[in-house]
Amino acid sequence: MSTTAVPDVAVTAVDEGFWTRARKAGAVLLGLGVLAAVLFGALATDQQARFTLSETEGGAALEINGTVGAILFGVIAAAAGAALLAGVPKRWFTLLLGAGLVAFVLSFLCWQVSAAPEGRNFMPLVNVLRGTFVLALPLIFGALAGVLCERSGVVNVAIEGQLLMGAFSGALFGSISGSVWVGLVAAAIGGAFISLLLAVFAIRYLVDQVVMGIVLNLLAVGITGFLYERLMATDAAKYNSAPRFSNWEIPLLKDIPLIGPALFRGNIFLYLGLLLVLVIHLALFRTRWGLRTRSVGEHPTAADTLGVKVLRLRYRNVIMAGLVAGVGGASYTLALYSFTKNMIGGKGFIALAALIFGRWSPTGALLAALFFGFADQLATYLGAIGSSIPSQFLAMLPYLATILAVAGLVGRVRAPAADGKPYIKG
Amino acid sequence: MTNPNPASGSPDKEPATEAQEARSEARATPTAPAGDTERAVTTTAPKQPPAEGPRPSLGRLFLENLWAANTVTVTVLAVVLAMLVGAVLIIVSDPEVLATYGYITARPADALNASWTVVSEAYANLFKGAVFDPDAVGFTAAMGPISETLTYTAPLVFTGLSVALAFRGGLFNIGAQGQATIGVILAAVAGFALPLPPGVHLLVALIAGALGGALWGFIPGILKARTGAHEVINTIMLNYVAVYFLSWIIVQSGVQNPTRSDAISKPVESSAQLPRLLGDDLRVHAGILLAVLATWFIAWLLNRSTLGFELRAVGANPDAARTAGISVTKTYVLVMVIAGLLAGLGGSNMVLGSTANALTPLVIAQIGFDGILVALLGRVKPWGVLLAALLFGALQAGGNRMQSYSGISLELVTVLQALIVIFIAAPALVKAIFQLRAARAARLQTSLAKGW
Repeated sequence: MSTTAVPDVAVTAVDEGFWTRARKAGAVLLGLGVLAAVLFGALATDQQARFTLSETEGGAALEINGTVGAILFGVIAAAAGAALLAGVPKRWFTLLLGAGLVAFVLSFLCWQVSAAPEGRNFMPLVNVLRGTFVLALPLIFGALAGVLCERSGVVNVAIEGQLLMGAFSGALFGSISGSVWVGLVAAAIGGAFISLLLAVFAIRYLVDQVVMGIVLNLLAVGITGFLYERLMATDAAKYNSAPRFSNWEIPLLKDIPLIGPALFRGNIFLYLGLLLVLVIHLALFRTRWGLRTRSVGEHPTAADTLGVKVLRLRYRNVIMAGLVAGVGGASYTLALYSFTKNMIGGKGFIALAALIFGRWSPTGALLAALFFGFADQLATYLGAIGSSIPSQFLAMLPYLATILAVAGLVGRVRAPAADGKPYIKG
Repeated sequence: MTNPNPASGSPDKEPATEAQEARSEARATPTAPAGDTERAVTTTAPKQPPAEGPRPSLGRLFLENLWAANTVTVTVLAVVLAMLVGAVLIIVSDPEVLATYGYITARPADALNASWTVVSEAYANLFKGAVFDPDAVGFTAAMGPISETLTYTAPLVFTGLSVALAFRGGLFNIGAQGQATIGVILAAVAGFALPLPPGVHLLVALIAGALGGALWGFIPGILKARTGAHEVINTIMLNYVAVYFLSWIIVQSGVQNPTRSDAISKPVESSAQLPRLLGDDLRVHAGILLAVLATWFIAWLLNRSTLGFELRAVGANPDAARTAGISVTKTYVLVMVIAGLLAGLGGSNMVLGSTANALTPLVIAQIGFDGILVALLGRVKPWGVLLAALLFGALQAGGNRMQSYSGISLELVTVLQALIVIFIAAPALVKAIFQLRAARAARLQTSLAKGW
């Protein structure tokens, strides 16, 4: 992250000399492409790899011969890598890298789908797309909570705790009141409770923000686990049977092939999550509040000099982050499952990874969350077709990708300059 | 960098330097006297210049310091506060007790009695499970609680030291959990796969565990040194990579227990297990001795060795350290390797000791994350870490009894532990609640970790 920390590094991540960032990425991509063409091509079978545009085997489908597809897409990935290695104008970098990675994934899928046992050698794209969004949803809310906090200079490692507390209070108060809306409000307040603690201790008492985040995560696990055992486990009917939001189908849009069933037949959380990405993006880059937030996150002293109330803005943003994350937690308990102990299970940390991978921007976080959601969904799918790839390694993907991103191998990420630094007016 | 106090302490001092405390205290409570007077408070009578008045007696000094915000007082009060919050949680989550509050205006005694009964019974069981049960008969029963406490303490000492050491070197090692996970995998595999004689086998298994942890610490260390990638992010990510690796390796043939269908590995051979200290009926094992040894070694390393000096210098001010000719990159890597090594030993303890003898997905529980709390509670000093681990081990052991006897679930212990550390981390809050007088060494310097 902060490359300023260690000047006497052996390899600085500066784009100098022959091995620029584009060339490094190109070399890696070339290697991956060759690997895909040779290895995946050899392992794929001659069966057709079918990608159906529905939820089942039938209906319209894209088909390609397994071996041909694996080799073809591998060669495309390698070609994109070679182009990067040869040196292309900078504006092509993102496009080529993206195309190369997508081709690599397609090559992999051609192998996997064609090698699947008879009767299961198809991939229902609608299911995969819908699953991707469902799995990405808590990550989107969590990463947005991170954006709100960290853009104003408060490190939010407590996303996990905020999601968990939101899920818990949504389930508890939703069950007691019997109303989804009460549950939703309670979930937002639950998330905000954790972030309020973070704000008070980080801003008022100057406790290290990472330390506080870790401790708050444990506190949330403890409180929700304790109350779960005392209340929900003993009387689930009364305390843990929250009503659930039904799916809302949007007329016309729901009939678009592929996208319609996946995107426009979802529940309120899906629409809310996507809307929030848009709103926060616009607010952050187009409004006065956004300019102030960013300036407080980058250089609070300068912002203070110009009359921005630094601490008040930080309090407000951190609490808003808690509200958002709390709603994200409710996307579990008010739509999918009943509450169980520690049900977030590390999603908060993947959300943190998505925030970093998405370079602290709402749209970047959305794309990163979708990528991680896709990896998650792919693991489920490969398990269902009896793949030889262990699902655990796919589950590692988000974390490994983040390590690579932070190390500057995929692209430079830079946090807001004042992130994690308490501001003392003086 | 992110340190709110611009003056970083000299590396020769303990992390919580007096000058910094004085300043931060003064900032946190504007009404407090100025820094120099505060320091004088600890050595002379309050609010008096050192030169005036007779020297107070030792007893008077003690009494004055008792209610000042020193380390011990703040710690004790933090524990008390945490237990009060815990008591509230117990009461509000008990429907029967809560029912008595419905008519508290009519018969307040009912509500108070019911609350007192449920809370006092819970905490009594906590104590009996952790320290001593007056009703116990016989050696085994009497020593049982202590044995349990020490069993839970041993791995926490290692992970606590791991986090504390990294803190002193200016790094925040959130990865003790992952390092312990890799450690436990290698220790267990060495424990059941290698045919070795007793003694040698144990040694090899311990070394394997330590090396596994060291490898997992090396990765964020080298990334930090080479690319500046922040260790907090990388260690968090590596924790999860380790978790998935564990859940994968357990079900591989050669590792999975052939007689079982669930995710559990073969058991560790008895030749690789740490010997029990008080007979077969009590679980306490030699791990606690190793933990004390490790504490002594880390204390020596930090305070007496060249490496320790360099480490503290880098932790206090990397730029100054570099100017003085210390290789910051080398130190970062070395700190993370040693930290990982300690965490790996902590993980090994879980499977070579008496807690478990085979790998399961939850074999190391939370020892890595608890290690962070232990390090903070121990004020990132080795012997402090040992005491903090003892407190956490006791809470864990007592929590087990509280769960089975009072029906208060074990999560209450997690709440207590988190609350204690929150109150420790914000001594200004504890001071404000109890109206303590300012004194030295109360503020925990947690701003060692740089922001992203």
